Amino acid sequence: MATKLTPRELAKKEDRLAPGHRLCAGCGASIIVRQMLAAIDEPVVIANATGCLEVATTIYPYTAWRVPWIHNAFENAASTISGVEAAYRSLVRQGKIPEQDVKFIAFGGDGGTYDIGLQALSGAAERGHQFLYVCYDNGAYMNTGIQRSSATPYGANTTTSPAGKVIPGKRQFRKDLTAIMAAHGIPYVAQAAPSQWKDLMEKTRKAVNSGGPAFMNVLSSCNRGWRHPTDETVEITQLAVDTCFWPLYEVENGVWKLNYKPKEKLPVEEWLKRQGRFRHLFKPENRHMIDELQAEVDRRWERLLHLCGEA
Amino acid sequence: MSKFEALAGNEAVATAMRQINPDVVAAYPITPQTSTVQKFADFVADGLVDTEFVTVESEHSAMSACVGASAAGARVMTATSANGLALMWEIVYIAASNRCPIVMSLVNRALSAPINIHCDHSDVMGIRDSGWIIIFSEDGQEAYDNLIQAVRIAEHPDVLLPVAVCQDGFITSHGMERVEIYDDEDVKAFVGTYEPKWPLLDIEHPKTYGPLDFYDYYYEHKRQQVEAMENAQQVVLDVAAEFKEKFGREYGLFEKYRLDDAEVAVVVLNSTAGTAKVVVDQLRDEGLKVGLLKPRLFRPFPAQELAQALSHLKAVAVMDRSISFGAMGNAGPLYLELAAALATHGVHIPIADYVYGLGGRDILPHEIEQVYRDALQIAATGRVEQMVTYLSVRE
Ligand SMILES: Cc1ncc(C[n+]2csc(CCOP(=O)(O)OP(=O)(O)O)c2C)c(N)n1
Ligand code: SF4
Ligand SMILES: [Mg+2]
Repeated sequence: MATKLTPRELAKKEDRLAPGHRLCAGCGASIIVRQMLAAIDEPVVIANATGCLEVATTIYPYTAWRVPWIHNAFENAASTISGVEAAYRSLVRQGKIPEQDVKFIAFGGDGGTYDIGLQALSGAAERGHQFLYVCYDNGAYMNTGIQRSSATPYGANTTTSPAGKVIPGKRQFRKDLTAIMAAHGIPYVAQAAPSQWKDLMEKTRKAVNSGGPAFMNVLSSCNRGWRHPTDETVEITQLAVDTCFWPLYEVENGVWKLNYKPKEKLPVEEWLKRQGRFRHLFKPENRHMIDELQAEVDRRWERLLHLCGEA
Repeated sequence: MSKFEALAGNEAVATAMRQINPDVVAAYPITPQTSTVQKFADFVADGLVDTEFVTVESEHSAMSACVGASAAGARVMTATSANGLALMWEIVYIAASNRCPIVMSLVNRALSAPINIHCDHSDVMGIRDSGWIIIFSEDGQEAYDNLIQAVRIAEHPDVLLPVAVCQDGFITSHGMERVEIYDDEDVKAFVGTYEPKWPLLDIEHPKTYGPLDFYDYYYEHKRQQVEAMENAQQVVLDVAAEFKEKFGREYGLFEKYRLDDAEVAVVVLNSTAGTAKVVVDQLRDEGLKVGLLKPRLFRPFPAQELAQALSHLKAVAVMDRSISFGAMGNAGPLYLELAAALATHGVHIPIADYVYGLGGRDILPHEIEQVYRDALQIAATGRVEQMVTYLSVRE
């Protein structure tokens, strides 16, 4: 019997990511990892791309991981886990190790996934390895000091898309990676957020039991990069969901399904104004950027509703 | 019972891979390595191996998957050439540093640019400081024998380092030769089974592979890699001794050909050594005291043994199939290492470098003969007039 997804039952489980790691207080990444691993009762083996999660959890000679874990490089978490999974299948088939229902999981940041690791991820998904790839998307290269990635929202101030006198922050809209992964035709793709923990945990279960490659894109607040107080992580994450900047949906065997429709779709501004990285957008001369971002959020939301048969 | 077959070098290598029957192979096609992976794919498709063949989307992912599989506890092999190796480069270092005993067939080809698919050694020389054991092979037989031995060397508990087994692109990889293929069961018994010490897939005993490692420990881990390299040389010899006992062929750190009573010698890697042997015989017929030394083990570099083997000579001519651009005299890497080895071990004989064959340019017997005649001249005068000569190049 799978552990019931109730706080009472889940609290009985030992954290697979131990306390004492050195991620910042309020970091979305550790919340996501702990929630997702608590949703899985089976043994797991993890590959982790270079990035905040990796560096802050394994500073030699310490490790926060109570499960088998490997870090190889920045752009190759997907190919690394495909090697681990291939080894498992080979060794089990030859009777060299016992068969268990092992779940193979890769964690990568948005930089390691949307950008430098996209090819490796696409290849591993196409090959059909049994693994779940989780992108914890904090919208920039946080580990190296908040540089823009292709996941960085339009207008955001980062250290390589600074809000300058002439150019007010990032000039491109973010890449829609979840849709790109859905286009791979793999059994399970989902977008989730730790502020809706039950949805995140249920999706995790579906993903690891989907019988093939699965991909989850999970919004991960970084209070250093987003510029908000450390105790507002969950609230601000939920605002991204309620403004429809980060809709919660899944694509199961090609069928798109919306998992959450805000009762009242909030203006994106409500999310932006809580974060220092968007502060410059509230100057009168940059107001048009908020409008442009709102228009893009609306366009993508409408498209999603259509794909999910909700339009 | 072993049998003789007419095989191209790549087919011999693929046959060795079939007999080794690795748990995982992750590879990506590139000329002139391609026929190895194609042939191996046939073995997989026909159920002749137990291998999971991971048909990755790039060489970077090939080496990445190899590291993952090796850490997981599998016996792992791959194959590549030139640009493929260059694309792997980041993970080539990681494989060695994570002490993954991966075995790679490296079919030597010139690096771009300009793009060129033919043989030289610029690819392997780019990884000479990466922590891989590097072995060279004169022909298909050696490529086959060396690959089988490489598994044992890599996985030896005192070593645990990846091994690259080189052969010359096209010249060896596509040249058909008579190769003695040993009995499947004998090869299987020779390589044995891999007993990983700390497999990631030992779920009950979780391990963390590849942590962040700062100034307080990193250096010690690098020092341990040095120790493994130091251990490797003896292991190479031990494995060779066992191989000789089982299969009859003799291997060492290098091969000496008519060297012991020679006055001058050429030192050259891979297939050109075969051509040079013919030249040695011809010149010997003329009464000239010439010999040859063909390095087999390049990493670790057996400096002392090489210096000793050459110490009686009056001159040494090194032939390099790559250039270390900007290094002393824009010489080749083999020359640079050997000159340092001789000087360090008190062997003060004139030594000159002859760069040849870049991008697959043919090297003909009369050109090698010229190198010998140069060397004899150097021996007579005791002076090297020109440290580096670029053979047969249009200036
Ligand atoms: C090949 C390579 N290029 C660049 C880097 C430097 N680097 C390390 S982590 C990182 C950014 C990670 O960003 P992301 O994947 O979004 O994870 P985060 O740190 O935000 O959690 C970069 C650029 C690297 N380690 N390797
Ligand atoms: S910098 Fe951001 S992503 Fe990195 S540990 Fe801190 S909060 Fe988390
Ligand atoms: Mg990031």
